[in-house]
Amino acid sequence: MQRPYWNPYVAGIGLGLTLLLSYVVLGTGLGASGGITRIAATAAHAVAPAAIEENAYLGGYFAEGRPLAYYLVTMLAGVLLGGFGSAFAAKRVAIGVERGPSAPASLRLLFALVGGGLAGLGARFALGCTSGQALSGGAMLQTGSFVFTGACFAAAFAFAPLVRKEWR
Amino acid sequence: MNLYANDMLGEPIGLLLSLLIGAAFGFWLERAGFGSSRKLTAIFYLRDFAVLKVMFSAMVTAALGLQLLAVTGRIDLAALYVPESIVWPQLVGGLLFGVGFVAGGWCPGTAAVGLASGKLDALVFLIGAGAGSLAFAPLQPRLADFLHAGACSVGSLPGQLGISGPVGALALAAIALAAFVGATAVERIMAKRIAR
Repeated sequence: MQRPYWNPYVAGIGLGLTLLLSYVVLGTGLGASGGITRIAATAAHAVAPAAIEENAYLGGYFAEGRPLAYYLVTMLAGVLLGGFGSAFAAKRVAIGVERGPSAPASLRLLFALVGGGLAGLGARFALGCTSGQALSGGAMLQTGSFVFTGACFAAAFAFAPLVRKEWR
Repeated sequence: MNLYANDMLGEPIGLLLSLLIGAAFGFWLERAGFGSSRKLTAIFYLRDFAVLKVMFSAMVTAALGLQLLAVTGRIDLAALYVPESIVWPQLVGGLLFGVGFVAGGWCPGTAAVGLASGKLDALVFLIGAGAGSLAFAPLQPRLADFLHAGACSVGSLPGQLGISGPVGALALAAIALAAFVGATAVERIMAKRIAR
């Protein structure tokens, strides 16, 4: 039987103290999408090295030959480790496709792929995702972070009725 | 002085400390229940406002902590890395991201926690997010003008409003408290309606 989640305010304060520690020690906030971009570029580079190296946006990652030796890549690895440790201790590790009671798994996976694509693209436009832009920039009271967060939640609420079958 | 200001984030010590801080990040996300896409998206159907409560309390905790360390002279906020505020691409990016969030069920960080919890939809979301990031690469040179539209010379909202950082952080805390009260009230109303 999986254990209950922790109180959201307790988890939020713990997360906030982690973010504060990140600023004090690393000098930068938390981030996730930057690590994903590096890993995706590395995978693409294995297939088409010349095209990726010539690209203005991604080529720089390969200038020194070690695109994965980057703090957001190891931070993402840490998120996987810490997430697994917590889920394992709470008996919450279970292989499966999470979806609403009336949603087929194939629909859920298709939406996960398309949604992931939009989120990945959006994060590059915005210079960060909910971690690097909304949370970390918001804690530094950045104007663009509040614009991003507001737009993100407004769009998600507006679009939610269209994908209700996936979840409810 | 921090690792970023000393250009040491890419050194082994920077990579290791980032790994450890990432592990704490993943731990708290999972404890909050964010290894579940149904819990994450429940906010958009007004059922469970954990996303708002966790995000806002984390943001306020860090904001108050940063301002407190700054006014007591223990940290120099100017020595920290913050993403630039470029309003128009951040607005468009936020809209794309929000649709991706509710349709995909995850954001990048929580998808990593979902994957660590065994969720195959999180793995698929991450593959999509990788592809979406790569799709930006050929667009970037063509959108160069737009990607600089609305760049703020003063990136912080308190700076633009002419208030001090600590006052800005306290104002954020007050807004968060009001949001917590409102969110809890909506949760109660929805729970009653569903029970009926």
